[in-house]
Amino acid sequence: MSRDRAGAPRLAVLDDPKLRGILYQILLCVFIALAAVAVVRNVSTNLARNHITSGFGFLDQVAGFDISQTLIEYSVQTSTYGRAFWVGLINTLVVSGLGIVLATFLGFLVGIARLSSNWLVANVARAYVEFFRNIPLLLQLLFWYNAVLKALPEARQSFSIGGGVLLNNRGLFLPQPIFGAGVDLVAIALVVGAAAAFAWGRLARARREQTGKALPILAPSLVVLIGLPVLTFLIAGADVKLIYPELGRFNVRGGIEILPEFVALLFGLVVYTAAFIAEVVRAGLLSVPRGQSEAASALGLQRRQVLSLIVIPQAKRVIIPPLTNQYLNLTKNSSLAVAIGYPDFVQIFTGTVLNQTGQAVEVVVITLAVYLALSFITSAAMNWYNARIAIVGR
Amino acid sequence: MSKQGRVMKRSITVVAALAAFMLPAAAGTLDDVRARGMVNCGANGQLPGFGLPDAQGNWTGFDVDYCRAYAATIFNDPSKVKFVALTAKDRFTALQAGDIDVLVRNTTWTSSRETQLGLHATGTNYYDGQGFIVRKVLKVNSALELNDASVCVQQGTTTELNLADYFRANRMKLKSVTFAQLDEALKAYDTGRCDAYTTDASQLYSVRLKLAKMDDHAVLPEIISKEPLSPFVRQGGDQWFNIIRWVHYVMLNAEELNINKANVDEQLKSENPEIKRLLGTEQNYGEQFGLTKDWAYRVIKLVGNYGEVFDRNLGAGSPLKISRGLNALWTKGGIQYGPPVR
Repeated sequence: MSRDRAGAPRLAVLDDPKLRGILYQILLCVFIALAAVAVVRNVSTNLARNHITSGFGFLDQVAGFDISQTLIEYSVQTSTYGRAFWVGLINTLVVSGLGIVLATFLGFLVGIARLSSNWLVANVARAYVEFFRNIPLLLQLLFWYNAVLKALPEARQSFSIGGGVLLNNRGLFLPQPIFGAGVDLVAIALVVGAAAAFAWGRLARARREQTGKALPILAPSLVVLIGLPVLTFLIAGADVKLIYPELGRFNVRGGIEILPEFVALLFGLVVYTAAFIAEVVRAGLLSVPRGQSEAASALGLQRRQVLSLIVIPQAKRVIIPPLTNQYLNLTKNSSLAVAIGYPDFVQIFTGTVLNQTGQAVEVVVITLAVYLALSFITSAAMNWYNARIAIVGR
Repeated sequence: MSKQGRVMKRSITVVAALAAFMLPAAAGTLDDVRARGMVNCGANGQLPGFGLPDAQGNWTGFDVDYCRAYAATIFNDPSKVKFVALTAKDRFTALQAGDIDVLVRNTTWTSSRETQLGLHATGTNYYDGQGFIVRKVLKVNSALELNDASVCVQQGTTTELNLADYFRANRMKLKSVTFAQLDEALKAYDTGRCDAYTTDASQLYSVRLKLAKMDDHAVLPEIISKEPLSPFVRQGGDQWFNIIRWVHYVMLNAEELNINKANVDEQLKSENPEIKRLLGTEQNYGEQFGLTKDWAYRVIKLVGNYGEVFDRNLGAGSPLKISRGLNALWTKGGIQYGPPVR
């Protein structure tokens, strides 16, 4: 056996573990690629043999069906299946985005309440968690939907809430503002206000870390964030018209319409997911050793400060990974919208579009890709945040 | 079945469809059915008159009787059917994937369903058209007054498209609310979420029975579309296609020749050559289909002729009391017409 300079035995090429590893990797990749090609070919020949149309050309065909909630331009006459895809996707994003924000708030609230020293508060929170996480979400959605519909009056007997807001079993109708001159100035003021609030936050924080003196952050931020645009708006002449919703023969006309299906779905998702988030939050809070909060109290911090400055920052490290799971669950659960008639992505695309075109394979593949992408984006964002707040090894 | 079960089942159907497309195609459907000892029949599980299982799981309905007729002619036993309840939106996938052998689920015959979906309609067993039902308090007398109304509709149907077309053609504003399940769409209408509910006219009669206060609702006079309802089979199986198509014609011819469940045994002795050919006492047309000589006799004896099936499920003998209308025989002013067996 020949030996190289270092004295280790030189192996035959195939016995080199590194090379062999690479070889196996290549073989595996080739195998997977071949399998994928075989599946795709088999599917397309079988579809052709069964005279089923395939390909993605259908995305350019006119859809011709109506959608109850469209946040982008969509017309029955001219819009394509491709457009319907975006309408559905946006509807899903809206309900899951809002759902994530609200469920996080509610979840934190319940999670903290669960640890309250007040017996009543702690047990109400506990009952909430046990009740809502143990009932199937679909049942809850159907319950909320029917509860919402049954409780509200018919369109003709709409509740008038004041300020032109109408409420009935067709939805909530708000006056729609139409801005005239100066709207771009207001937008600029909003951006400037946001930047100022952000800068103030950084400044106050730096000051606190330098001097130990805490400057108020929330109140001044809100003042610039809201005050600046409002002031600009007033100076620019307050040019705005409101289109009030009016009662037509059947329905309310005009104004901004919020569908009961949307409300029921959002409410159901938030209430359900918040129960899980509450437990995640509780676990996180309990993972911070008692010594930490005792030490903080000993230093003279108030209870709120103990929580926000000492406990929550440490608890976050435990909370974020399982919280990501809950966000992903909420997004995927939003597809239960099919049961209550909210036009989400699955209802429009995997429902009507699939049925009208009959192109099950393409539609299902696109749907899988969309949910995969949504989940990847969510978890990438959460992983980034998780890495940011992780303990930095020193 | 629980709601979650249904959602579950829906996903399974889609996955099964994908899986089925990955496998090579199977032998002839008739051979498969014989080997299995059952006809797998896709049906509507929520529509009284067409397809609905009772609490014991016994299926009844107009479409259901067609499934029984196929089993009768193949196995001489109308009970050898496995019914698969399908929603409008899952029905074609289930047929394409081979979960079912035949789809008899009040399904409209359209061109794209034959050209794009790889299916064939076998012949109209019910001539229908789309209509509206509204609450009487709204005092609507015509569908043309429905501008700006909310309309509940079942998803994945020609109904959904006709509705959009009709409102567009008449320059009316539509607010549609769509549901995957018939029952959910109907419940939403019943609770007042919508002003009107739209579906095929035949169904309006039967869904009215499901509403809380049936007399508070009225069917509008307009029929806004042509809905020829037909059984569907997969393309590429001519033998199976012929059987499904001709069982319907057997039932029509039997009615025309006044052969029914009760008198069919007596008619075996008939000297009328048309009757002899149909019942197989002369010639042997059944075996040309891959069936038996008494193929038609079995259908009539075990299930009945077209008129009997119609009557029992939809007509005078049922709670729906739908008149024959277009579905009367051509000899009686309708357009149901059975080509001759010869």
